[in-house]
Amino acid sequence: MTINEIQDELIDDFAFYGDWMEKYEYIIQLGKELPLIDEAHKQEQYIIKGCQSKVWLYPELNEGKLYFSADSDAVITKGLVSLMVKVLSGHSPKEILDTDLYFIDQIGLKEHLSPTRANGLLSMVKQMKLYALALQNK
Amino acid sequence: MKTFDIHKVRADFPLLKREVNGKPLVYLDNGATTQKPQSVINAIIHYYSDMNSNVHRGVHYLSQISTDAFEVTRRKVKDFINAKEEVEVIITKGTTDSINLVAQCYGKAFIGEGDEIIISAMEHHSNIVPWQMLCDEKGCVLKVIPMDERGMLDMDAYAKLFSDRTKIVSVTYVSNALGTINPVEEIIAIAHQHDVPVLLDAAQAVQHIAVDVQKLDVDFLVFSGHKMYAPTGVGVLYGKAKWLNAMPPYQGGGDMIKDVSFEKTTYNELPFKFEAGTPNIEAGICLAAAIDYINAIGIDNIKAYEDELLAYATEKLEGLEGLRIIGTADKKSSVLSFVVDGVHPYDIGVILDKQGIAVRTGHHCAQPIMDQFEIPGTVRASLAMYNTKEDVDILVAGLERALNMLR
Repeated sequence: MTINEIQDELIDDFAFYGDWMEKYEYIIQLGKELPLIDEAHKQEQYIIKGCQSKVWLYPELNEGKLYFSADSDAVITKGLVSLMVKVLSGHSPKEILDTDLYFIDQIGLKEHLSPTRANGLLSMVKQMKLYALALQNK
Repeated sequence: MKTFDIHKVRADFPLLKREVNGKPLVYLDNGATTQKPQSVINAIIHYYSDMNSNVHRGVHYLSQISTDAFEVTRRKVKDFINAKEEVEVIITKGTTDSINLVAQCYGKAFIGEGDEIIISAMEHHSNIVPWQMLCDEKGCVLKVIPMDERGMLDMDAYAKLFSDRTKIVSVTYVSNALGTINPVEEIIAIAHQHDVPVLLDAAQAVQHIAVDVQKLDVDFLVFSGHKMYAPTGVGVLYGKAKWLNAMPPYQGGGDMIKDVSFEKTTYNELPFKFEAGTPNIEAGICLAAAIDYINAIGIDNIKAYEDELLAYATEKLEGLEGLRIIGTADKKSSVLSFVVDGVHPYDIGVILDKQGIAVRTGHHCAQPIMDQFEIPGTVRASLAMYNTKEDVDILVAGLERALNMLR
């Protein structure tokens, strides 16, 4: 699936949930599907700054595709990380760089993207794109 | 003796009537900032509608009335904290600004290489970093009063921290993260035995507890307007005149000078020596309305009401399984910090917010405290005079709902 196809699928998934409680329960559930970062990579250099909770994000390039594994000590943040990984992981750095992440707005999580939000979703997206930028010519 | 009417108090705060996320707002982040009563909001409107003008410089009518109003605030602050003279009240931008002023100006006059400054383990960053900056500049040393697992200062250790190089003690009156009311009389008495002045950070005290600077015999006392129902951008530095007179000015500019030529500048007298530039006139003037409001309710009435509410909230929260209150000192004021086993404070904050409940999560700008308790942060519910037992019940129900989801 392309990045946009995944985004569209998530938009459909979220449309299914009416109130905020179900939405957050789904986000927490998604956190459990996150490809977990190898304990050995839980190092300072892989921590994303700007989060009230701790987030580790590890990039790996495999046959031209960028894969992410991650973790967080807060379950909602972990769910948000999982969403981002679901959308961006397994695509080429160029595809990741060119992506407009419209799904965040459409599933009603735009508030989490403001630069001042303590969950650091924005820092997370930035960091994923930075990894893509750094690895695109490798 | 005035009586405390919670319904009347709540009706005075228009913002409390709004909804958040489709639920009636329960505002429990008063340690960060308080809501404003209608009288303060009216004062802001009145200032801009009827008197806006610069202070301390114009001969014209508006400048005179705004200057008068600004000076009314100074007098009301003086009475509010029972300072001896109005000139001992410096109007600043807030607590952080006031502490930086003392660190820089007292530091310039009295602190040199190898000298020592005493702070405590429960300070927030604003009472740590200005002193660290001074230490970097001057080569002085920071000494820290330790605290125990309940969040109480080790007073024996404090007494032993003094040496003939100790130059100032700067501690908080009430801890913003733990709610501890420190034994400030004893802290001051011990420091004075060594002829060392004391700065009290009263940012979390003046809106909850009657503060009398003469009775305390404190040398400096600082607080912010916005945590005591006034607008943001205004605060107070109280200092004994003997110290303020002995300190050089903070910033240079208008209002703080007497005569300026390119050869030499003579500085203005207290309090203007420390008030360079155009102040936040609106907030300065409206601080008086907030003090009037507190006085009309009565600070002792406020304290009695808030103490009862704190006791109620403590008991209710302790009933939740796996919840641990951080900060269980004998004497506490208005702050309930807690963690829940296996659940991140941030997650709790998000789910509470969705239910219209405003709390703070994180380290509360007091990271060293979180390090001591080995936690990433806490959830903090902080009370004001307009909170109710019903707010506490909604918080507890909201927490139960959050923990069901998160555990």
